[in-house]
Parts: sequence; structure tokens; C-alpha cells
Amino acid sequence: MEQFVDFSLIDWSRAQFAMTAMYHWLFVPLTLGITIIIAIMETIYVRTGKEEWKKMTKFWMTLFGINFAVGVATGLILEFEFGTNWSNYSWFVGDIFGAPLAIEGIMAFFMEATFVAVMFFGWNRVSKKFHLVSTWMVALAVNLSALWILVANAWMQNPVGMWFNPETARNEMIDFWAVLFSPTAINKFFHAAASGWVTAGVFVVGISSWFLLKNRHKEVSRKSILIGALFGLGGSVLVMITGDGSARQVAQVQPMKLAVIEGLYEGEEGAAFSIAGYAKSTNNPERPYEKEMHSIKIPKMLSLLAFHEFNAFVPGITDLIEGNDEQGIISAYEKAIRGKKAQQMLRQFKDTKDTNPVEHARLKALFEDKEWIDNYFRYFGYGYYYDEDINVFRTNIARLVPNIPLNYWTFRIMVGLGCIFIIVLALALWWAYKRKLEGKKWFYYVAIICVPLVWVCTMCGWAIAEVGRQPWVIQDLMPTVSAVSQVSVGAVKTTFILFAVTFTILLIAELKIMFMQIKKGPKEG
Amino acid sequence: MFEKMSFLTLQHYWFILVSILGALLVFLLYVQGGQTLIRRLGKTPIERDILIGSLGSKWEFTFTTLVTFGGAFFASFPLFYSTSFGGAYWVWILILFCFIIQSVAYEFRNKANNFLGAKTYETFLFINGLLGTILLGTAVATFFTGSLFEIIQNENGTISSIWRGPARGLELAFDFTRYETFINLSLGLAVFCLARILGALYFINNVDNENIVKRAVSNVKITAIPFLIFFLFFLINILVKDGFAYNENQVFMEPYKYLHNLIEVPIIGILLLIGVVLVLAGIFLGGFKASSKGIWFAGIGTILTVFALLLTAGFNNTCYYPAYGEYLQSSINIENSSSSRYTLVVMSYVSLMIPFVFAYIWYAWRQMNKRKINASDVEEGH
Repeated sequence: MEQFVDFSLIDWSRAQFAMTAMYHWLFVPLTLGITIIIAIMETIYVRTGKEEWKKMTKFWMTLFGINFAVGVATGLILEFEFGTNWSNYSWFVGDIFGAPLAIEGIMAFFMEATFVAVMFFGWNRVSKKFHLVSTWMVALAVNLSALWILVANAWMQNPVGMWFNPETARNEMIDFWAVLFSPTAINKFFHAAASGWVTAGVFVVGISSWFLLKNRHKEVSRKSILIGALFGLGGSVLVMITGDGSARQVAQVQPMKLAVIEGLYEGEEGAAFSIAGYAKSTNNPERPYEKEMHSIKIPKMLSLLAFHEFNAFVPGITDLIEGNDEQGIISAYEKAIRGKKAQQMLRQFKDTKDTNPVEHARLKALFEDKEWIDNYFRYFGYGYYYDEDINVFRTNIARLVPNIPLNYWTFRIMVGLGCIFIIVLALALWWAYKRKLEGKKWFYYVAIICVPLVWVCTMCGWAIAEVGRQPWVIQDLMPTVSAVSQVSVGAVKTTFILFAVTFTILLIAELKIMFMQIKKGPKEG
Repeated sequence: MFEKMSFLTLQHYWFILVSILGALLVFLLYVQGGQTLIRRLGKTPIERDILIGSLGSKWEFTFTTLVTFGGAFFASFPLFYSTSFGGAYWVWILILFCFIIQSVAYEFRNKANNFLGAKTYETFLFINGLLGTILLGTAVATFFTGSLFEIIQNENGTISSIWRGPARGLELAFDFTRYETFINLSLGLAVFCLARILGALYFINNVDNENIVKRAVSNVKITAIPFLIFFLFFLINILVKDGFAYNENQVFMEPYKYLHNLIEVPIIGILLLIGVVLVLAGIFLGGFKASSKGIWFAGIGTILTVFALLLTAGFNNTCYYPAYGEYLQSSINIENSSSSRYTLVVMSYVSLMIPFVFAYIWYAWRQMNKRKINASDVEEGH
């Protein structure tokens, strides 16, 4: 692998995609939730006819509009970066991955584009009811859009509903419903969408608290807090339920991700959950990834969270790399050998097409044999890490361990902040309901600080999801080394800088406009 | 229903759908064309606000159609997606960049404290209208003139496409030693001019302002001449040139291939003819009669023309994304680049939603466009 792979190309391609995705996710979560909050407010306006609800609706809609534009721009780039920077991936699995993207376009984007125009420009052009329907359609469309892209992402983490066609040397879909309803997809959609609802809830509560701090728009702010906090809390409950579901899925499908999130080197039965800790290198040349972990732990908690059993075995990084016979875990080295074998079989299959029909037929049958698929083909991607030179092989295998500190800490920040938001939203709801928010300056400050923190929290979630699955573009089948487009490193560096500068300028513009609109408040909005 | 169709029929069906999306995209580039006319047609800030307000509720459709066009191509013909986007890297990056700066311009331009100033956002709109259309047109012309890439089999039996062009796609627009570059650019410039004509026709239809309409009418006339020159140069060249044909065994150059396609599949030829006539009728109505109906004629004409041209590139055993020269055999056609039969069947069921999508777009637009946009509307919106 070392000879033909330019790791700086992979790193820059990953950096470009990660940067685009992160900028995209700065704008999307708020969109997911605030459209529903706006729709609820407008529904109340249409039902009661009270102008203050219209004023609130228009104010939050203005903030949504500012946020929405950059989300659209970054979303476009993300879709096309699959082609520009990960072209081998696009061909290898375009069959399965492209379908949700196309459905997203047909189902969600047109709905969004049509009704966003009515929502913003239609106040004096269409009837009240049609306007309300349009606002709800926008809320539905943005969440539908999230569904399809998250189905696609979930499939990369847990490839189901497919088979490998040796004739085309591609993965092809055989069960659309399995792709759509895989437990990973369901958990991922609700977890990510609900995290957007929490973001919007915290945002509305935080901005409204700022108004209260400034003694402005008191009643409008109280009502906004009521709706934002209730909605955000509902989202939090869903985030917790699906977070639990996601953890169990990860334990089954991506055990390495779980191990790095926990900094768990040696697997154990009744594994403890690490609250906080640090790692020291063991300086073992045969195991360059290995470290010694020291941390404060809650006994058996990890086994309980991952498998809902106190004494379940949770494999550690070492078990997954070196293997663990007792637990029936084969080593990454063995997987690489088997993966290489599967790749060789594919090559032979191709080579014998015109020269040896009998052998060709035998090899074809192999790719349809479930036992062979389970024992060999499922490790196809590991084959890229095989090398006859043991030292190179060892270095390659160490690349199968994702960044541990990044995963470990982002997970803890995400969970910790998530818990804080639940408390803040619950207090906000209770006090707004009881009309006791007045004068609680300290709470206003806390709610305002939570606004940037909710973005930190949701970014951490994506960092875990994406960095935790490295180096896999498609779990166990395709690593980044084989997915990347063969573009020059210089070109990718240039486009990285181009996009980084552009997105940063747009972000600054967005924030400046957003702050100004908030300062103006609902009346002028 | 779709399960009973042959694989080849499904491949044709999906090429038709992708071509419809491509045709709609070119029609919707009237937004881009309109953007390049803001300073030309709007002489006062209020007039410019009216023009931008008029386009403001439509730009997202062009954007969405571009995204869906990409998604549909990805899902139905992934080898094209992989080859073209990963290969002609700079062309697509530049196109994408043009669209990033557009998306924020409408929303941010008139907002207080917008960091870059209204003029910068108007410049973004102009760049998007100018470069976006020219580059898209140039990229589509390569469907007829070819690119330099190779489809290879990797050591492990998987397939990859390798771009052999020296400048990652830019050579398709700047290699003036190759005659085909002029054909590529001529389509790019024709699309740019057409977008401007459509933009002006749209304003005639959508804006309630005498001065703007007057200037738009004169603009249709002025732009019609270069449009006809560039378009005819492109059309005549592809009709007389050798085309990229394929049979079971190989890809080969067939003299007058695209002309043959129009004759051998007469419906495509008829659609192209009707399309061109309607575009000319639209130009006549808008430019010489100041009729607000010009956009409908030219719009439908554009859709039919582009649709027919894309089918000419891909139907009748033609390689729609050809590789030229020594890489001829790597050329991409609808059979060797498509998704599996199963995916096409699933996606075909999804495609049944498209009429509903058109229906709600039509209904919403009808509600919104009951009256024309004037100065009083400029303050509205968000």
C-alpha cells in the first residue's frame, strides 16, 4: 500500500470534505429545528389571529433565512465533492449511495425551494392558510432532506441491503428497504434531526434570554422561551433514546469506534465507563498504536450501555488489532490477509473471463457463496492494508486505529453538554410557564452561553461519527486510500484554501447580519 | 411495473429523466442570465431592487435543479459522475464556486451590517451569471467533443477512471490547438447568451416597470445576434463532425453520427426543430412585440432543444461522455456506466413523484405570481 498511496492526498481530501461538512453542519441543525418552531408559532397566529405571534414568526423566520442560504451553498459542495474528491467511491457504490441523494433532490429540495419562496415572499401574495401550509412544508422538507442524506451516511457506517457484483466489481443494492430502515439509519436520522431540534430550542431560549437581559420584548421572549424550551426538551429526550440505540449499533457494527471513544485498549467483561482520563504510550514497537489508559471509571457501565448487560464483553483496541481467540475475535492482520485473498479472487475472476470459463464460473460461484462472503469478502477493504514486509504491514495495520484523544474527548463533551442543555431547557420551561423568569440574570447569562455551546456539542457528535469510523469510507469494505480521486495534492490544497476562505467570509457575513437582526429584535424584523 | 422493463429500457428511461433535468436546468439559467442584466436594465437602486426581488424567489429552483441533476446522474450513471467530477476537477470546482457565491447574495445583499457591502453581493450575482453559464455550457459540449480520460482495471480487479487531460478539465476550454475547444466554447457562450435572453424575457413577463421592460425588450434583440452565431456554430459543427458510436465490440468514430441520430430517431430531430423554432418565436415575441409571452415560447423551446441535444448525445448507440484519441475505448455510454437494474427500478418508482413535484411548483408559482412585481414589493420579503 505504501508504494502507491500518497497519504497527504488522502489527508487533504479528508480535510476538505471535513471542512465543508463542518461548515454545512454549522447551518443545518438550526434549520432542522427552527422551521418547526416557526411553523408552530405561525399556526398559533393563524388560529388566534394575534399579531404578536405573527411578529414572532417573522422574527425567527428572518434569522432562519440568514442561516439557510449558507447551508444551501455548503450542501451543494458536499454533494459534488463525492465526485470531485472521492470519485472511486462514487463508482464503487454510486448504485446505493447515489439513490438517496437523488431521492433527496426529488422529494425534499424542490419542496424546500418552492415553499421557502412562498414563506418569505408570500405574506401579501397568498392566503393565510396557504402561507401556513407552506411554512409547514418547509419544516417537513428540511427534515426529509436530512432523512435521505443520513440514510446514505448510515449505509456507509453499516452497509446493508447490497451484494458485490464481481462482473462490474461494484457494490449493488438488492434491498432498498433494508437500506432505508436499517437500525443504524433510523437511529442516525432521529439522533441527528433531534439534535437539530435541541439546537433550535437552545438558540430560541438563548436569544430570548438576551432580550430579557436587555429588558426588551418581554412577553414575546417569554412565549418564545415556552415554545423553544418545550420543543428543545422533546428533542433532548429523542436524542437520549437514539443515542442509546446508536451506541448499541456501534458496539455491534463498529467495535473499533466504540473502543476508541472509550480509550479501551484491553477488552473486558463488565467493562467500566471512563469519565475522564489520560493515556501514556507503552513504546511497544510491535504495537505502535498501544497506550496505557488511566481514568476515573464507573464500573460495568460501558457493558451496560453498549450491550444492556452488566457483564458483557466489550472488545478493546488491542483485541481488535491483535485478535482474541477466547472471544472469537480475529485479528486485523488475519482480516487483511483474507481481504487480500478476496481481492486476488476478484482479479482472477476478471482475468479468466475469456481464457478459462470453468475457473471463471467457479470464482463467480464463490462471490455468491454466503460462507465465503462472510469469511473473506466482508474483509475486502482490509486487503488494502496487507503487505508482505511485516514492518510495513504493521505500520499499515496501525492505521486502522482512529484518532483516540479526539474521539474520547468529543464524546465526553457531547454527552456533558447534552445533559447541561436538558437542565437549562427544563428550568427555562418551568420558569417561563410559571412566569418566574423575571430578574433571573444569572440564568439569562447561562442560556446565552449555551447558544455557542450547542454548536460545539453537535459538532462533537459528527466528529465522533466520522473520525471514529476512520479509515473506512464504507465500513470494512472501502478505506479512504482506495476511495480518493487521483487529483494532485496541490490542486486539493488550493481548493481547500479557496473553500476555507470563502466559507469563512460567508460565516463572518452571516454572523454579522444575524447579530444585527437580533439587535433589531422582533418589531423591526 | 418497472420490473418488467428490460435493463436497456430502464437505462434509456433514466437517460431521458436526466436529460429532462438538464433541459430544465438550462431553462432555469434565466435566473443567471437575469443576474448579468441587473446593472444594464436597472439604472436606479429601486429598479435594481425590483430586478433582484423578481429573481429572488426563483434562484433556488435553478440551484435545486442543479443539485438534483447531479444526484440523479450519480444514482443512475455513477461512472459518468465519478469520471467527470473526479477528472475535470477544476471545471467543476469553478462551477461550484460560482454557485456558492450566488446562494448568499440574495439573502445578504440588502441586510444591514452585511460585511461585504451590497455591491460585492451584486458582483457575486454577476460572476455566477457569467461564468456559471459559460462553464456549464462548455462542460456539456464535451458530450459531443470528448475528453481525455481512461477507464482502467486496478491490480485488485476494481475499476477506476483516470483523467489524462493535462489541466484537469481546463484544457477543454483553453487548449486552442484543438478545434473542438472552439465548439466547446461556442456552446458555453451560446448558453450564456440564451440565459440573458431568457432573463430579459422573464423580466418582461414578471416586472411591472415600464423602463425596465423597455430596456429588456431592446436587450433581447441585441443578444439574439451573438446567440444565433454561437449556437449555429455549435450545431452545424456537431452535425457535420464524426460522432462517438459504439457496438457490442468497440467504440468507433462514425461520420455524421449526430446528424444520423436526428434522422434515425426522428422524434429527437422533430423535438430539436420545434425547440429551435419556439426559441426563435420567443425572441421575436419578446424582442419585437414586447410580449410577456416570449418567456413561455423561448422557455419551452429551450427545454425541447436541450432535451433533444442531450438525447442526441446518448441515444442510438452513442457514447454520451466520450474519451477521444488513444483512449477512445474508454468512452462512456448509457449501458456501461449505469447503476444496476435493481437501483434503476427503485429509482424509477421514485420518479413517479416528479409529476406531483411539478404540480405543486405550478400551483405555488400561480399563487405567488397572480400579479407582477413592482416597487411596493421590494420592501416585502425577508
